[in-house]
Amino acid sequence: MSKTKNIFISDSEKIVADLKHRNTIKFNISKYDAAVEKGVQRYSNLELARERASFIKGQAINHLYEYLIEFEKNSTRNGAQVIWCRDSNEAIESVKSILVQNQASLLVKSKSMTTEEIDFNEHVEKIGVETLETDLGEYIVQLAGEKPYHILTPAMHKSRHDIADLFHEKFNTPPGSDPQFLTAYVRKKLRQKFRTADVGVTGANFLVADVGGIGLTENEGNGLMTVSFPKVHIVIAGIEKVIPSMKDLGLLWPLLATRGTGQQISVYNSLITGPRKENEADGPEKMFILLLDNGRTNLYQSDDRYEALKCIRCGACLNVCPIYKNIGGYTYNATYSGPIGSVITPFFKGEKEYNHLSFACTVCGKCTETCPVKIPLHNQLLLNRRDAVENGGDFVWNKGMKAFSYTFSERKRLDRFNGKMKNTALSLAKNTLGKRKSLPKVAAQSFSKEWKSKQ
Amino acid sequence: MTVDLFVPCFIDQLYPRTAFNVIKLLEKAGVGVNYNPEQTCCGQPAFNSGYWKETKTLAKKFIDDFPNDRPIVSPSASCTGFIKNYYPDLFKKDDSSFSGYQRLHRNLFEMTDFLVNQLKFTDFGASFPHKVCYHDACSALREYGIRQEPRLLLSKVKGLELVEMEETETCCGFGGTFSAKFTAISTAMTEQKIENALKTGAEYIISTESSCLMNLEVYISKNNIPLKPIHIADILASGW
Ligand code: SF4
Repeated sequence: MSKTKNIFISDSEKIVADLKHRNTIKFNISKYDAAVEKGVQRYSNLELARERASFIKGQAINHLYEYLIEFEKNSTRNGAQVIWCRDSNEAIESVKSILVQNQASLLVKSKSMTTEEIDFNEHVEKIGVETLETDLGEYIVQLAGEKPYHILTPAMHKSRHDIADLFHEKFNTPPGSDPQFLTAYVRKKLRQKFRTADVGVTGANFLVADVGGIGLTENEGNGLMTVSFPKVHIVIAGIEKVIPSMKDLGLLWPLLATRGTGQQISVYNSLITGPRKENEADGPEKMFILLLDNGRTNLYQSDDRYEALKCIRCGACLNVCPIYKNIGGYTYNATYSGPIGSVITPFFKGEKEYNHLSFACTVCGKCTETCPVKIPLHNQLLLNRRDAVENGGDFVWNKGMKAFSYTFSERKRLDRFNGKMKNTALSLAKNTLGKRKSLPKVAAQSFSKEWKSKQ
Repeated sequence: MTVDLFVPCFIDQLYPRTAFNVIKLLEKAGVGVNYNPEQTCCGQPAFNSGYWKETKTLAKKFIDDFPNDRPIVSPSASCTGFIKNYYPDLFKKDDSSFSGYQRLHRNLFEMTDFLVNQLKFTDFGASFPHKVCYHDACSALREYGIRQEPRLLLSKVKGLELVEMEETETCCGFGGTFSAKFTAISTAMTEQKIENALKTGAEYIISTESSCLMNLEVYISKNNIPLKPIHIADILASGW
C-alpha cells in the first residue's frame, strides 16, 4: 500500500468521526444547494445549456493546439508576453525572474487554484516577496496558515465563529465579531496593500483565443483591483482553460456562476486583453501570461480521461459528492479534491501515489449528473481503476478477484459449499467491513440450488 | 408471455426468498417465468474494482446463460443498469459477444420498471400495514433511471404508509468493494442514511437493491437499530 494511501485512510478515519466538521460542511453546503437549486430554475433548458457548454469545451480540447497558438498570437499582439511552462518548476522560475526584474517586494493575488498547484506562495516568499491573498476566503485560509479546503469556497470548513475567533487571535478584533464587520475590516486592510503592491497575480477562468484575452470571474472586486493597481500583472493558467471565442462567454459565464453558487452571473466579469495601451488611463504596464501544462498533457493523451480537461472548476461536483462531504477537502492531500480531483490527480501527481482516490468512491453518479460541462466523472474513475489494476493492482485484491471470477464462472463451483461453510469462511475475514458493521449472512442454500430441488 | 429471470448473485446467495417472491409476482401478473440455474453473476463487482479481464470472463458466461431473445427481468437496477451501460466497454464492436450484448440490451428490465412500464400491472392485492421509507438506490435512480415506479407500486399496497426521508437520493455507503476498502467512510455514510430513515419514524426501509439493503442490514444488526431493511419484491408479495 502506498504511503499516500495510508495517510488517506488514517486521515479519513479521523475526520469522519469529527461531528463538528460534518455539521459545518453540511450546513455550508446546504446553503449552496438551496441557492443552486433556485438558480438552475432560471434555465428553460438546463440540459441543452450543459450540452452546448460541453460541446464548446470539447471543441477547445479537440483542437487544443490550434486554439492555444491562436491565443498566443492574439494576446501577444495585445502586448502581453506569453510564457509556456511544462511543469511547476518552469512556472516558478519564470515568476521569480519576473519578480526580480521588476524589483517586487509586495505581491497581491486573486483566487487561483493553478497557483496552489505549483505552491506559488511558498516559493515566492522564499525569495523575500510578500504575497497576499485578496479573495476573502483565501485571505482567511492564508491567515490561518492553511491551504484552500475547496476549489471555489476555500474556507468552507470554517463556521462564522471559527472565523471570528481567528481574527480575534490574529488582529485582536472584538470577540464574536459578525461577518459584516470582519469583511469591512479586511477590505480596509487590503485597500492599502492594493495601492502599494508591485505585482498582481491572477488565474484565468478562460483564455479567450479569438481576442487574446483572459476571462476573469469573481464576486468581490479584488480580482479587478489586483489587475489594475500594480504595474505588473502575471496570469497563471492551465492550458485547458482556452476557449475558442468571446461569444462563448455568454453561455459559460452564467453557467459557471449558477452551478457554483446559484448566482445568475458572478458580480464582476472581466475580459482583460493585454496591458495598458498608450491611449488608456489605467491598467498594468506589463502583462505576463504563463500557460501551464503540469500533467495536463498526460490527461490529454489518455483514453477518455481527456474529457476532464473540459472542467471549468465550478466546484459543483465537490458539493454533491457524499465522500467529499464526509472526508472534506484536506483528506485528498491534493490541490484538487472531490470527484474532479480524484480523476485528475493521478495524472498530475503520479498514478501509483494517487490511484487510491479513484477507488474512494461508491460510483453513486451524483457528480456526473451535476457537472455543467457533462464530464462523465464516475465513469472516468472506473477507467482510472482499470489502469491501476493494469499497472499491477493490489496484491490481496488481485488474488481475491481472481478467486471471485473463478468461482462465479461455473455454477457448480459456486454451490460446492453450503451457506454454513461460506459463513464460516466469511467470519475468518473478520472486520472486513469495520468495527461498526457485522458480516452479511449467506443463506443455507443458494436460490439456484433451492429452485432446482423444487423442480 | 414468458420471461427469463435473472437473479443477481447477492440475492442468489443471501436473499433467496426475494427471488421466489419475484417469481410469485411475475406469475400473478400473468407471465411465465423461465430460470436458468446455471447463471451466476454479471461481473459488476470485478468491473467496479478495475478487473476488466475477470469481468469479461463473467460477462461472456452471462451472455451465454441468456440465449433467448425475450424479456429478462431482474430484481436489481444495479446489475441490469451495469450490463446495459458498461458491457460495451468490454467488447469491441466486432467481438462475437457484442451481438449477444445487443440482445441483452433490448431485453433487460429491472423488475419495477417491467411491472409498471411494460406489463402495466401495479396492484398485486398486497397488504403491509407498516410505516416505511424508500431509499433511492444510486444505481436505480441514476444508472437505470427509476424513481416513480417503486413509489407507484408501493402506493397500491394496503395499509402501507410511505414517508419520504431527507436525502433519500444520497448513497448509503455501500459501493461494492468500497465498503471493505474504506470502512470508515462507508460506515459514516451508512450511519447518516440510517439516521435519516429513523427520523421518519419508519419501521422498514425499502429498496430495489439487495446490495444496499445488505449494507444497511450489517450496520443495523451490529448496532441494534429498530429498523428493518426489506426488498420491494418482498413487500409486494406480502399478504396474499
Ligand atoms: S468537473 Fe464539472 S462539476 Fe466538477 S468542478 Fe469541473 S466543471 Fe464543475
